[in-house]
Amino acid sequence: MGTDDISAELTRNTKNAPPELLTRVFFFICAALSVVTTASIVVLLVSEAAKFFSVTAPLVGFAGETVSMVDFLTGTTWQVGSGEYGVLALVSATILITVGAGVISIPLGVATAIYLSEYASTRARSILKPALEVLAGIPTVVYGFFALIYITPAIQTLLPDTGTFNLAAASTVVGIMIIPMVASISEDAMSAVPDELKQAGYGMGATKFDVSTGIVVPAALSGIFSSFILALSRAIGETMAVTVAAGSQANFLPPWDPTSYLEGALPMTAAMIQLLLSDITGGGLAYRSLFAIGLTLFVLTLTMNIISDVITQRYREEY
Amino acid sequence: MSGDDGRTDGGTVDPTDDDLAIQTDVSASVQSRDQRVASTETVVRAENVNVFYNDAQALNDISLEIPENRVTAMIGPSGCGKSTFLRCINRMNDLIAAARVEGNLFLRNKNVYDDDVDPVALRRRVGMVFQTPNPFPKSIYENVAYGLEIQGVDGDYDEIVEESLRRAALWDEVKDQLHESGLDLSGGQQQRLCIARAIAPDPEVILMDEPASALDPVATSKIEDLIADLAEEYTVIIVTHNMQQAARISDKTAVFLTGGELVEFGDTDEVFKNPSSDRVEDYITGKFG
Repeated sequence: MGTDDISAELTRNTKNAPPELLTRVFFFICAALSVVTTASIVVLLVSEAAKFFSVTAPLVGFAGETVSMVDFLTGTTWQVGSGEYGVLALVSATILITVGAGVISIPLGVATAIYLSEYASTRARSILKPALEVLAGIPTVVYGFFALIYITPAIQTLLPDTGTFNLAAASTVVGIMIIPMVASISEDAMSAVPDELKQAGYGMGATKFDVSTGIVVPAALSGIFSSFILALSRAIGETMAVTVAAGSQANFLPPWDPTSYLEGALPMTAAMIQLLLSDITGGGLAYRSLFAIGLTLFVLTLTMNIISDVITQRYREEY
Repeated sequence: MSGDDGRTDGGTVDPTDDDLAIQTDVSASVQSRDQRVASTETVVRAENVNVFYNDAQALNDISLEIPENRVTAMIGPSGCGKSTFLRCINRMNDLIAAARVEGNLFLRNKNVYDDDVDPVALRRRVGMVFQTPNPFPKSIYENVAYGLEIQGVDGDYDEIVEESLRRAALWDEVKDQLHESGLDLSGGQQQRLCIARAIAPDPEVILMDEPASALDPVATSKIEDLIADLAEEYTVIIVTHNMQQAARISDKTAVFLTGGELVEFGDTDEVFKNPSSDRVEDYITGKFG
């Protein structure tokens, strides 16, 4: 073959041939779609919430009724009727539910993950894994009335002072709901621990317990931590179960006081549902408070995700 | 030595069996290294060992005796069963669901496949070094102390860690970074760390599964020197597919050939100079494998 032939062959540009170009553009559009959607939601959230606060309203050229940002962030009374918008009343309920859900889901989820990755026989796994997936697939509203009908009466037999709507039952079901998330992400992290490390442990005469707790869990720690954060973000954003089980009364409860769990309260998501279902007029203050809560919620979960990323980066084991 | 006390109820009648501690006594402490005398006593004895992975036979009727304080090399082509044999000694094959071991394999005078032997206790008396350096994602100190910790050994850990690192010819290189991660070391240093970790609980036998195959020539020669030193106090059994390595470092050589057969076992010099069969000669002179 002559020199000209090889040169023509080697310079053929396959990268911009029509089929290549078309598929590349198609996949780019698909990928860009989620970015565009997220960006538009954030823009909408921020621009509407800006009209709610007196500090930011002039910036967006809004002249209507507003609320002081300080009052919003530090107030503990949420009374839409009387124009009191203290978001702490809602945030406290959200925090209580999230902490309660974490107390239930973290130990159970990690224990489940250890069992699945280190102890379970193939048979046990084949039953447990699908069961966990079913748990994750139950509609959240079903969890809500499960809390109301079964868990609340159970708590009331132990602690008669418990209200019909209470945070204990709401936290319990949210906790159960996020167990599969903690378990499956933690298990993925544990399964990714190289077999050579476990072999080294067993070769030293380590028991299964030594290997699981002393080698596998520490090596998978970053993954386990991020499972906590992701699951807790999910708990913060959970809506239907808490709307049904936690009640509809905005009520500031001190998050440091365990007896708070016996009372009902209105977490942020449930408050948004309540606002949406009430006859708020479009453009009114109550309507705009919806966006203010939404933004607060978004900032909270975003912070959690950032923390998760930082933890994963910092505690990642290189092996 | 405190470790020799209270272990006579271990389930065997022979008092010399105390050294073994392969019963479920997990609190056995480090035996004094000074008490060991160089001898040619048999430490590991295999009698008609067969191993199957499902229906495939990996080892075919292996019988051999491995002497104390010597380096015994297992050589042979890939898939000949030499690593499988090594893993029979500390029952690591138990971790593979498909593996089945038949026959008798004695550590000193106790058959490690007896029903009353706890594989965890057995592995505490048999150290193992793997093909790829596999330090734990912990500090250098914690890596070496790991065996002592899980066994609940009493004693001055600082001293045992230092001594083990010295024996593994690593002390001078790491003495100022004992509390840094073992993973920060080079491959050769990591492998010496794994050797220090294996010898810290003072095992009866050290098994090495191609310990230098993932290392560069300089690191390899350090490991080889180290193995020669270790044989002064330990019984070392090493699998290698590097025949020159076997010739350099071992006292005894076992040649396995495809099909899981042990075709030759004897003093290394003899095996390399006067192989008794043509098949072995073909293998060690490089005609195949």
